[in-house]
Amino acid sequence: MRIAFNEVRNNKFKSVLLASLFILIIGFLGAVIGVAYGNLYFGLIIAVLFSIIYSLIGYYSGDRMILSMSGAREVTKREFPYLFHTIEGLSIAAGIPKPKAYVIDDSALNAFATGRDPKNASITVTTGLLKKLNRQELEGVIAHEMSHIKNYDVRFMMLTVILVGIIVLLSDFLLRSFWYGGHGDRRGKGNLGIIIILFAVVLAILAPIIGNLIKLAISRKREFLADAHGAILTRYPPGLAGALKKISKDPDPLVDKANKATAHLFISTPFRKKTGIITNLFSTHPPIDERIKRLEEM
Amino acid sequence: MVSWTVIGIIIAVLVVLVIILYNSIIRLKLQVKNALAQIDVQLKRRNDLIPNLVETVKGYMKHEKRVLETTTKARSAMLSAKTMKEKASASNMISDTLKTLFAVSENYPQLKANENFLQLQEELAGTENKISYARQHYNDIVMEYNTKIKVFPNTLFAKWFKFTDELMFEAAKEERKQVKVKF
Repeated sequence: MRIAFNEVRNNKFKSVLLASLFILIIGFLGAVIGVAYGNLYFGLIIAVLFSIIYSLIGYYSGDRMILSMSGAREVTKREFPYLFHTIEGLSIAAGIPKPKAYVIDDSALNAFATGRDPKNASITVTTGLLKKLNRQELEGVIAHEMSHIKNYDVRFMMLTVILVGIIVLLSDFLLRSFWYGGHGDRRGKGNLGIIIILFAVVLAILAPIIGNLIKLAISRKREFLADAHGAILTRYPPGLAGALKKISKDPDPLVDKANKATAHLFISTPFRKKTGIITNLFSTHPPIDERIKRLEEM
Repeated sequence: MVSWTVIGIIIAVLVVLVIILYNSIIRLKLQVKNALAQIDVQLKRRNDLIPNLVETVKGYMKHEKRVLETTTKARSAMLSAKTMKEKASASNMISDTLKTLFAVSENYPQLKANENFLQLQEELAGTENKISYARQHYNDIVMEYNTKIKVFPNTLFAKWFKFTDELMFEAAKEERKQVKVKF
């Protein structure tokens, strides 16, 4: 199977863009804090250094962070020969090196792929998925994940988890110090008022940027594309369609093993289903019925 | 003077374009070779597993000598296969005999309880899948390569550099039919 070269280039470009934006935002934050404490350059340099180092760590070991966040463990061929063979077979079909196999011990039905490139990638499935899907359905799911790896979706999605995740954390922290900063011990510093105003400005600037970054990451086109490329790999669209049907009927999503930052990695949203236009607009995944319909029309 | 410069530039651009084209074809050709090697790896893996399987099954399936014999025969046909066509037909033969063997094994509950047998069965099913995926990948790449050297203007240069069509690894016609199991 050939994935349009465009797709790969697009994802590599978006990854660089995301990292640059991250360094810019953190640098800006550092400068603001620097100004508040009377030394712009000191704050800026520290922040830029921190953000570059953090981006590099995220690039080289973000996948390991995500895997341990999700409670996934690497498995051996002896333990799960069936999963191993499926992953190996589809990596041959896709013409990429075999990704590592991970398992989450959970009865929920879900799966995700992560890594920085096809040479350093892994596929994780829940044990529930292995138990409840037949061979064709499991192949469909693995092929979907294999496509995410082959066209470098994994790199961009991993960086989103790592970089946007910490910005969300930081802005939460800032917001809290903004709300509670006024109370308690003021230590007699005169520039506290300025700091509060600066933080408010920073937050006002950060909020829409973060929102857009997340939207960029969860592009629904990505899921539809991976479904389509996966179907090309197995030459059998009903496999993935059947798997998605079982997944959508599963009453038990993966609530405890996923969080807002990692949700968009999974093949199907790990949160409990809500209906309504608003939740649909902001959901991380295209509606599963729409995906099944498209697969059945192939 | 100016016209010579223009001609020079045009020639230089053409040369660069041909070099880029040549390299991209060579790259594909290497991928074809690599994909073929992938099939061989899986075929060899299956061939290595068969003696173990025959050894394990022998004790249980006393009345199925013929099935075991054809399996062994198909395996040695695979070993002596040289060309791609021979390999393809030998590979299909092995697939068929293995299907028969596993179908027959359903009649032997004791065999189905044998840990070693179950492991081999999963291993062989996995390898069988990998062979078909490797074959699919190979055919995809070959198709891309064959298209690349046939479209205009690439076809002109392909002749210069003696790039020729690669053969597809054909699936057996029987694979599309229902498998008949003889007892």
